[in-house]
Amino acid sequence: MVKQLDKEFITRGVRRCSTPRFVLWLTPWVALLIFGAYCAGLCLVKGLNQTNMDNRYAFGLWIFVDLTIIALGAGAFFTGFLLYILKFKELKAVINSAVVIGVVCYSGAMAALMVDVGQPLRAWFTFWYPNVHSMLTEVTFCISCYLTVLLIEYLPILLKNRKLRDIPAFLVFEFELHKLIYVLAGVGTFLSFFHQGSLGGLYGVLRGRPFAFREGILVWPSTFFLFIISAAAVGPSFLICTTWLVEKISGKRLAKDRVFDLLARISGILLSVYVLAKTIDTLIWINRTSPSLGFTASQYYDWKPFGTWILFAEIVVCGLVPALILLTPRLRAQRAWLIPAAAVACCGVALNRYVQTVQTMALPTLSFDKFLTYTPSWQETGTFLGVLAYGVLVYSFSFRYFQIFPEERELKIEVRPQQEEEPALAGRF
Amino acid sequence: MTGENRKTAAARYGMTIDVDRCNGCGSCMVACAVENNVPPAAAGVTDRTGLTWIRVFRIDNGADGADRRSAFVPVLCQHCGKDAPCVSVCPQQAVDVDPATGIVGQMPERCLGCRYCMAACPYHARYFNWWDPAWPAGMEKTLNPDVAPRMRGVVEKCNFCHGRWHAAKAKAAANGKVEIDPADYIPACVEACPSGAIHFGNLNDPSTEAARGARQANSFRMLESLGTDPKIHYQSRKAWVREISSAPRPGRENARG
Repeated sequence: MVKQLDKEFITRGVRRCSTPRFVLWLTPWVALLIFGAYCAGLCLVKGLNQTNMDNRYAFGLWIFVDLTIIALGAGAFFTGFLLYILKFKELKAVINSAVVIGVVCYSGAMAALMVDVGQPLRAWFTFWYPNVHSMLTEVTFCISCYLTVLLIEYLPILLKNRKLRDIPAFLVFEFELHKLIYVLAGVGTFLSFFHQGSLGGLYGVLRGRPFAFREGILVWPSTFFLFIISAAAVGPSFLICTTWLVEKISGKRLAKDRVFDLLARISGILLSVYVLAKTIDTLIWINRTSPSLGFTASQYYDWKPFGTWILFAEIVVCGLVPALILLTPRLRAQRAWLIPAAAVACCGVALNRYVQTVQTMALPTLSFDKFLTYTPSWQETGTFLGVLAYGVLVYSFSFRYFQIFPEERELKIEVRPQQEEEPALAGRF
Repeated sequence: MTGENRKTAAARYGMTIDVDRCNGCGSCMVACAVENNVPPAAAGVTDRTGLTWIRVFRIDNGADGADRRSAFVPVLCQHCGKDAPCVSVCPQQAVDVDPATGIVGQMPERCLGCRYCMAACPYHARYFNWWDPAWPAGMEKTLNPDVAPRMRGVVEKCNFCHGRWHAAKAKAAANGKVEIDPADYIPACVEACPSGAIHFGNLNDPSTEAARGARQANSFRMLESLGTDPKIHYQSRKAWVREISSAPRPGRENARG
């Protein structure tokens, strides 16, 4: 009966693996999710003494993860912006996947944040007593609103499910929602630009931390703009990586090459802009901002292991190199170049967020202070793994039951003769 | 701002700490903890997770053998000026600078525990309640009834013994006065220091010992280059001690207290 029910929910015209195989795939992720929930529960019930954070290392793994997954989830807003506002029609092939990734990343980040704060039940205070000068207020407002927008954008994907479409009210609701999609894309883009920026501003405004502090453009520090550009640059790269990964795991072609090519081109152009902006910003920071606060920039890189190699890795290895590969048509046409370049670009943004969060906390500010190190506790790591498992599970269910790659059916017909020769490639999801 | 405060000239409370006089006894730390109901360290607390609103650091000149010189530096919230780094970052206005006193206040009842203010503070003078506050049986009778203990999951810090400020105001009001008597408002650490290294007072009043100390040629403030305008002034006749006001230099780090 379960098998029959499972089959009825799968989209018409696509092949999915058998129910037992799907359950087998889910099992380790469910186990990891349960472990993550246990770790999070420990932190909520017993307190944040379960973590290895301390008064000096007030931010740890979770903030790094939050900043990184929100940057990677930027594909949701940026793809929506390109498709609905700038009319890049080819991106219709991946927009649903981008929305699912967005929902996963943003809701995962919110869940981690709820564990990270000492008094999660007071989260509403930020809406009741907002400090309009705080970047964290801007982040809280924009992320909450954007997550709501994403959930509304996710609804049509969910309601298009074969079984749910049988209910006429859902069909009407989905149709009405679809008419709003342009408004939602516009609102989502506006909110996303702001919160990606305010996440950058979060550290850029810290005058007491000269390593992170940046001079302002209008009322925002330069990191506000750098975070927006970097998130917009790696959003499409992350979409390339996830689509490729799902293709490999499921053994199906899910999007045409021209979609990959377009995403790579967009990512490459924005990554180049980011590398240029980041280089200019770093030079201004080294020569003007940091010395004006009494700190010579070179001293930050004398504390091992954070040598200048980290700056080189961030700008050149994980910025310039993938940008050049993604901008070269001959190279980006080959998966052997495209996928590593997109993955390295994603690693670059993760490294940038790591530097902003972890390195800032490690560096001493008082002359008699020590350079500090921090290793996350198993409870912190477990909570992070729980968020990861949650993401995989939501994506797996979405891929199995909803049509998140509209070109899949078309591509299936194109490759059918080959598939018949190789039945072993049938999907795992 | 209350109506009463409007009638009084704005004060700017601060301290002068004579590093040469501090012998590192830690009386200030104990007095502070007792006055402000800071709970005893729970099992598992480290020097990085404890609550020490004022903390004495031991520093040295980096020399070896007979040339080595040490000093003790009490570090507490520096009560930065109008643009205190911790105030603007708090998402729910749990931190403020009282315009009547210049004291940077913390409202634990409104604190979310996000610790953004701790990340923003260059002096590491803010502390998070990683554990539930607990006192050994019987010791709860020693709690100061004028100060509310803080709960787990919120940030706390030095507030220049706000309970004593309220008591001084109440006493002045009872006597029909608007201005408090400076002798009625002395933080616990100042009172407890056996060597008289800490002076407290209104820095806007040039007659106070704190204001006079702040004007001394050998006085300095920590990380003044950051523009935080701290109200804790240190003084020392030794040049190497005065160097602690500047940014750290790798390879010359000193031992923590």
